[in-house]
Amino acid sequence: MALPGERFHVLAQLEHLQSKYTGTGHADMNRHEWVVNQHRDTRAFQMSHPGMNTYIAVVENESRARTRFNLINRMIQPCGPPPEKHPLDDA
Amino acid sequence: MHLYNLTLQGQTAINQAIQGNFSGLPKSQQEIVVGRGSALELLQLDTVTGKIKVMCHQDIFGIVRSLLAFRLTAGTRDFIAVGSDSGRIVILQYNPEKTCFERLHQETFGKTGCRRIVPGHYLAGDPRGRALMIGAVERQKLVYIMNRDAEAHLTISSPLEAHKQHTLCYAMVGIDVGFENPTFACLEFDYEDADNDPTGEAAKRTQQTLTFYELDLGLNHVVRKYAEPLTDPGNLLIAVPGGNEGPSGVIVCCENYIVYKNLGDQPDIRCPIPRRRNELDDADRTMLIIATATHKTKNMFFFLIQAENGDIFKVTLETDEDLVTEMKLKYFDTVPPANALCILKAGFLFVAAEFGNHELYQIASLGEGGDDEFSSAMGFGENDAAFFEPHELRSLIPIDSMDSLSPLTDAVIGDIAREDAAQLFTLVGRGARSHMKVLRNGLEISEMAVSDLPGNPNAVWTVKKNIEDQYDSYIVVSFVNATLTLTIGDTVEEASDSGFLPTTPTIGCSMIGDDSLVQIYSEGIRHIRADKRINEWKAPPRRQIVKCAVNRRQVAVALSGGELVYFELDLNGTLNEFTERKLFNADIACMTFSEISEGELNSRFLALGTVDNAVRIISLDPNDMLMPLSTQNLPCPPESILLIDTPNEDGKGVASVHLNIGLQNGCLFRNTVDNVTGAIMDTRTRYLGTRPVKLFKVQVQGRSAILCTSSRSWLLYHFQRRFHLTPLSYANLEYAASFCSNQCAEGVVAISASTLRIIAAEKLGVAFNVQSFEHKMTPRRIAVHPTMPCLVVIETDHAAYTEVTKGLKRNQMAQDVEEMASDETEAALAREIATNLRERKLDERVFGAPRAGYGKWASAISLVSAITGEKHSHFELPQNENAKCLALVQFSKHPDAVMVLVGCGVNEILNSSEVEPSDSNYRPVRGCVYTFHLSPNGDRFDFLHRTETPLPVGAIHDFRGMALVGFGKFLRMYDIGQKKLLAKCENK
Repeated sequence: MALPGERFHVLAQLEHLQSKYTGTGHADMNRHEWVVNQHRDTRAFQMSHPGMNTYIAVVENESRARTRFNLINRMIQPCGPPPEKHPLDDA
Repeated sequence: MHLYNLTLQGQTAINQAIQGNFSGLPKSQQEIVVGRGSALELLQLDTVTGKIKVMCHQDIFGIVRSLLAFRLTAGTRDFIAVGSDSGRIVILQYNPEKTCFERLHQETFGKTGCRRIVPGHYLAGDPRGRALMIGAVERQKLVYIMNRDAEAHLTISSPLEAHKQHTLCYAMVGIDVGFENPTFACLEFDYEDADNDPTGEAAKRTQQTLTFYELDLGLNHVVRKYAEPLTDPGNLLIAVPGGNEGPSGVIVCCENYIVYKNLGDQPDIRCPIPRRRNELDDADRTMLIIATATHKTKNMFFFLIQAENGDIFKVTLETDEDLVTEMKLKYFDTVPPANALCILKAGFLFVAAEFGNHELYQIASLGEGGDDEFSSAMGFGENDAAFFEPHELRSLIPIDSMDSLSPLTDAVIGDIAREDAAQLFTLVGRGARSHMKVLRNGLEISEMAVSDLPGNPNAVWTVKKNIEDQYDSYIVVSFVNATLTLTIGDTVEEASDSGFLPTTPTIGCSMIGDDSLVQIYSEGIRHIRADKRINEWKAPPRRQIVKCAVNRRQVAVALSGGELVYFELDLNGTLNEFTERKLFNADIACMTFSEISEGELNSRFLALGTVDNAVRIISLDPNDMLMPLSTQNLPCPPESILLIDTPNEDGKGVASVHLNIGLQNGCLFRNTVDNVTGAIMDTRTRYLGTRPVKLFKVQVQGRSAILCTSSRSWLLYHFQRRFHLTPLSYANLEYAASFCSNQCAEGVVAISASTLRIIAAEKLGVAFNVQSFEHKMTPRRIAVHPTMPCLVVIETDHAAYTEVTKGLKRNQMAQDVEEMASDETEAALAREIATNLRERKLDERVFGAPRAGYGKWASAISLVSAITGEKHSHFELPQNENAKCLALVQFSKHPDAVMVLVGCGVNEILNSSEVEPSDSNYRPVRGCVYTFHLSPNGDRFDFLHRTETPLPVGAIHDFRGMALVGFGKFLRMYDIGQKKLLAKCENK
């Protein structure tokens, strides 16, 4: 179906995906955003898998509850504050 | 290539535990459902013996992430909601008849896997069972409305979304609001501002919020009702009972504080989490609550909260009308740190430990009276802390413990203890509660009694006097030339009036009819009536009885030469010989009757094995009496034979008959016998040991089981819907019989050498018998002495003090106290306190080791006997050196000596990217290798020298008479020298 508005339609779909699945990339994504997403995914993975959580807890000699707490805390800003936005970046 | 694996021992860690009435038993009999990673288990508590019983173990082929018990209003039975990695919410119900969990609902909402935004990590339920909320770590939250349909079946609605972008969730709980709209509380953090602020100010400014979500049942949608910023970040929420039972609201467990909060006029009630007095812990460390449990009855409720070091506090709330005025914290007891706590209504506390064995305690008192009580009304300031003195268990009594091998850091397998069967040496546990556990394949046997007998017994039986008796009356032991009869009472004594002939060895004996006994010996059959009248049947002259089979109504004896004589009990209670005798071509080696089916008087089959390598099934039907029905040929002569009925799964219908044959070559044959035609089918073989296999019928869990003896003893039993054939981890047995007395319902009396033993198998279904040896720090690596039964173990803990540092710290603390004293009386007091401080040592196995700051390490190396677990040598490394790897190296310069090389890191920092080198505590990171000489007879090691390396050592390996050492990106070869290891070459 070649509708006249198909080009916008694809864009709308992409936007829908981005809002539905946190962490979906886009053309203007910068290095920091990407890395932050990787870190957040990893931390979420580590705290969600019981075995992984135990593993980290043993290494750090912490309780599993604190390991979990630390991992979520690290999801807030895993790679420091975002870089200054260049004025030309904003379209 | 296809590789198959067989799980010998399923996961033993418990990640989630919930209590409830899952199988619909009376109210006080609560059960526990535990999530063990990839399996769900239902545990029941035997209140008589105080043992935990695993009723059901079900693999779910996924990862259990959260569990929730909920029941509908006015329901009596709890359902189980499971959050998993399946991208679905699953509602289960336990079916006690089939002993399995049944799926009632399964609603898909997302992708599989433990993902950031796929719900499953958090589950919360409305206390009235009207709605469930399932949440992800980030963003997504879904609410399902639960209800009943016309047939009172559970229904589930389509999901209602309560998503919020850029929001992390720390905890989730359903608030008790009575019958108002279901409300859920979540601990959230919104990182959107932080993500858009290059200065980093927003990240510091943003606070965690306590957010309330309300499900509007009328409009069928969820609203984010209210969000309140929190000053201290929290990690757990506890729902406070509401409606008629309490003030409602939540307790937020924050770092260092617990805070009561509610909607409306309620002011926050805040109380610090008490700390241990004079603990060596790092002062900057915050207190964190790791597990909670709620106990609620009609007129009272309290919470138990557990801090990281295992201390449990009892939390109670004081109310005035609907407002909470005061929160009280009382130190309760110290138990192992838990993943989950469950308080059972019958007065038990189940502790699903994070690391190590899970424990069950009886709650003897609720910790009333005494000191160590803290209240929010005491007016603690912002930086004030409450202090208490931990004590041994006062309110809890340990009842039972479940073995756990989690976390398992290293293991070796082999016959290191020289026992003819391999052992598994596993390093288990964390910190001061660590163990080396030795696993031996076999059922753990509990020994009730061992008594020496005069001479060497050949056989043993137990006999009841009367069919009505619940317990066995006699133990009959046969020797080479005599028979000994013992009565079973409170003590076991020799009986003189049993009527058994004492001067001859016995071939078999039993109760027969309702109240008479029969003894078969080589010259005849002795039938002892209840009134002590004795009828004897004499074997024909120069013929001897060699084997026999007896049941309640029938006796069959085999005479030498392969002749079978069959007797049946008539209505007057006399034994009548069947008119015909049956002659076989070969001597009879063993015989057995089939079990008498329900509603029948006699056994239908006689199975007999002959020395010409065959087993025959003989009919005992009056129409074709003693006619052979079928034959099974064997590779070698049979030694022993047993027919066992196996009831069907549901306990209905005709049981199937299993024919078990023990062979002289040490094999066990198992067949199914058609219970009409007697045909033998479906043969299975199993090798049991080097000696001929003897089979004995015993009772396990109310069903017939078989104890097999060979060079090892085995138990064949039915447990949790399948047969288990497991070796016994016990002394070798020669002969056995079932044993039932009022102390031991399902025991076994057995002969081992010249002793008579009464034993019982309790931990059914467990593959390994576990022996534990204690370690003081997390064991990391294990190595086996090349020739002697001993092991080298390295143990390392992060954020820990060595014994030396602990001593120094205590001394320092004591000195500080002494110096603070200003006058004479104070000084005397201070000296007393100081002495106490220096000598005060809490048992670290119970109370945990003191926690040092980040980047502090303690390590030790020890030589442990594989047989006794005794520590032959122990070497503690200085503070901040962490042993990382271990190898036994044979240097070509010293071909007769084995060296132990231990690679260490020095001043290593975990996640080093997070620590700035400019930090005042920064010390250069280095590594080192310790070399020890291991004595050839394995009783000691001696320190030789320490070699510095530029980076922490990650791996050491014996390589062509030298040691290959890996650190950083380098691989270096070392040879042994006088004062240190000598670097020979290095990769470029």
